[in-house]
Amino acid sequence: AAPVQVQLVVPMAVVFGPGSVPADLPSPLPFRDVQEMEISVNVRTSVTSRYEMHYRSATGQEEAALAAATAQEADAALHPLQDTTLGSLTMYVVPETTSLLPQGINVYVGKHRSALVRAGGSLAALQARLREVTQVMSFTASSIAAALSDRVPDGQLSPDARRYLKSSLGYEITFSLLNPDPKSHIVDWDIEGAVNRYVKPVLDKLSLVANFSVDSQILYYAVLGVTPRYDKESSSFLLSAHSLPHVINPVEARLGSSAASLYPVLNFLLYVPEHSHSPLYIQDKDGAPVSTNAFHSPRWGGIMVYNVEAPASPQASLPLHVDVDMARVMEVFLAQLRLLFGLSREEVPPEFLLESPGNEGLADWELDHLLWAHTVENIATVSTTLTSLAQLLDKIGNIVIKDDVASEVYRAVASVQSAVTKLSLGHLHAAFQASKEAVTSSERAFFDPSLLHLLYFPDDQKFAIYIPLFLPMAVPILLSLAKIVRETRLHKKEPTKMD
Amino acid sequence: VCTSRFWFNYRHVANTLSVYRSVKRLGIPDSHIVLMLADDMACNPRNPKPATVFSHKNMELNVYGDDVEVDYRSYEVTVENFLRVLTGRIPPSTPRSKRLLSDDRSNILIYMTGHGGNGFLKFQDSEEITNVELADAFEQMWQKRRYNELLFIIDTCQGASMYERFYSPNIMALASSQVGEDSLSHQPDLGIGVHLMDRYTFYVLEFLEEIHPASQTNMNDLFQVCPKSLCVSTPGHRTDLFQRDPGNVLITDFFGSVRKVEITTETLSLDRHVAGFESKFPEEELVTEPLKYAEQLPVAQIIHQKPKQKDWHPPGGFILGLWALIIMVFFKTYGIKHMKHVF
Repeated sequence: AAPVQVQLVVPMAVVFGPGSVPADLPSPLPFRDVQEMEISVNVRTSVTSRYEMHYRSATGQEEAALAAATAQEADAALHPLQDTTLGSLTMYVVPETTSLLPQGINVYVGKHRSALVRAGGSLAALQARLREVTQVMSFTASSIAAALSDRVPDGQLSPDARRYLKSSLGYEITFSLLNPDPKSHIVDWDIEGAVNRYVKPVLDKLSLVANFSVDSQILYYAVLGVTPRYDKESSSFLLSAHSLPHVINPVEARLGSSAASLYPVLNFLLYVPEHSHSPLYIQDKDGAPVSTNAFHSPRWGGIMVYNVEAPASPQASLPLHVDVDMARVMEVFLAQLRLLFGLSREEVPPEFLLESPGNEGLADWELDHLLWAHTVENIATVSTTLTSLAQLLDKIGNIVIKDDVASEVYRAVASVQSAVTKLSLGHLHAAFQASKEAVTSSERAFFDPSLLHLLYFPDDQKFAIYIPLFLPMAVPILLSLAKIVRETRLHKKEPTKMD
Repeated sequence: VCTSRFWFNYRHVANTLSVYRSVKRLGIPDSHIVLMLADDMACNPRNPKPATVFSHKNMELNVYGDDVEVDYRSYEVTVENFLRVLTGRIPPSTPRSKRLLSDDRSNILIYMTGHGGNGFLKFQDSEEITNVELADAFEQMWQKRRYNELLFIIDTCQGASMYERFYSPNIMALASSQVGEDSLSHQPDLGIGVHLMDRYTFYVLEFLEEIHPASQTNMNDLFQVCPKSLCVSTPGHRTDLFQRDPGNVLITDFFGSVRKVEITTETLSLDRHVAGFESKFPEEELVTEPLKYAEQLPVAQIIHQKPKQKDWHPPGGFILGLWALIIMVFFKTYGIKHMKHVF
């Protein structure tokens, strides 16, 4: 793989609220400091992270905002006063005894790009805490390694780390309603309304990352491939965790996908169990029913089982009319969408309190998280692609490069250089756009149909074709040539002899 | 991939369709299968049972049912298309079903059958693919990480020569016979009049019949299939490029599709009382003149499947010079006086 040296610069502001300044500052506020860390993925790939920190004390407006009653209000009040460029972070240090943060919580991460950090007494303790926060909010060594997963030597990455969606220019999201028993259930789902109300805000926020297209369908008589077991104790049907992998395949054949789009497809299925198999619960590995009644498969999508409430009177006539509670369904689907992208809040240390992003689906810093990972991944992909294209051209000497392929290669090189430069300046958004352009150009150049090596004969094949044709023909010619030469020589000698 | 056509190569089509069926039975959907067949068996005028392709004598199993999705049929099965599918260098107008949309986590199974020789495989009686080209195509796939692991099975004469040249990592290969040996066919059917299956594939399929999606059988068992006593030829395999130990590789890793799933434990909390966007129609549909059919798809692009620059011709001067030399030598040898009679 091609060597990749990238420097990721995170501009950070550390704002000290009143009463929180540690006693052992090296120089009076404001001052700047830089912390660098190297994330080495393999011998030829290294990513250095550089946190450029600007320590200063709070302005009057910020102090007023920090005097709010709860952390949430403080965060909301501080939002207009911050630097909101993509990739930047602002940390507000609050005194140890502050009432903004509840007991036991040392860090409150807002839904934009700021956090409230409890002072730790000394500068070193504060810096340790700040390091933790910045890693959560921007990128960690493992998230970068996961983005560069095809360069990590086998065995160093846990197998789970390679499961997030690969960076792509677009994604297609398909919502499907599976109704295996239309005789018993008439299921209505207001998917259009749900998409407009709940999904669109999330996708609008993610539109920086990629283009999304959404479609939906209803499939009748589509059954899961697995028969659930009946459990007498709970008088319900159970699907055990180890039978879940076999559920997807029989359904996939019927899901279909747009013939024109080449983007990865994310399928979200809502399954309404048959009347005879209701209610249906999914069991996790320990045998407990899962609260969401849903599971997902990395890089594919998710499935949720929607149980129809038993009718009030057991003599209710079939078919039952079911109105799906789309909010509940979308809560699960959007959570699965986040997990598919790798935005999980599970690895956060316990003393952190994360603000819920609400209907936007993801916090600004989570968007940054995605952008950092995708930018690094794009840059690595482009360098691998261009290097292997160069190797291909070396191997096949007489390959013809069309002009447009050449211009795509130049564009890819220029874009990737610009992306690396912008990253080292801390402009995440511009770097991401440049890396996207670089990927588009390099893929177009690499996968150009004219580069098929089959079309360019190696030299030994040319010899193999023409030697059998010309060699037999050449034998009498060469012999005759030899005869001519001998005759001419004899002829030349004769006049001298005949004298 | 079935690389032969014509009625007497019935068994190759039956081989391929039987493997296709097993793979579908074990869970791989059609969207993940690229099937290349000459597809001239079922409706061949010489077929006594039209619209069927049997894989077992006494016509027990019809492998050509109504859910066989052939992606490349008849004259589309060429070396070029095969390599284009593998490397991804496909014209942009190719539909999704004809593409290999794999990524770095995909395990790929490639099964090829037909007539082969030492280092080559014959495609449709008119062209060949060499082992070097195949190895290069796999290397191109590896460079772009189009596969995680690849299992290559080939059932032809001297099949082992086809995997000799592989050099990309994570490839495991199986062949039905060694270099210098021929793979034999299994059973003729007197009703249809041709051989129905090849031996190696027949025994592989018997082995696969016992595999179900949750089975834990590993590759070492597949290597034992069809010993010399049953197969007459010696099947070979190659695992040196493969990272994992074949004993840890499940058959269903390649032949079936068992996905990793995770239970969803998190939910997002949504505010239910939010006003939605008005469902706008897709913004500003640009009103354009409807394109006439001929303009939408340039005919040149449809017809020209191959790029124009294909054959290398020796430069014209060379041929002329050669002929001049021949004529000169002829007349010099036999006397210049004959030239008068020519001109």
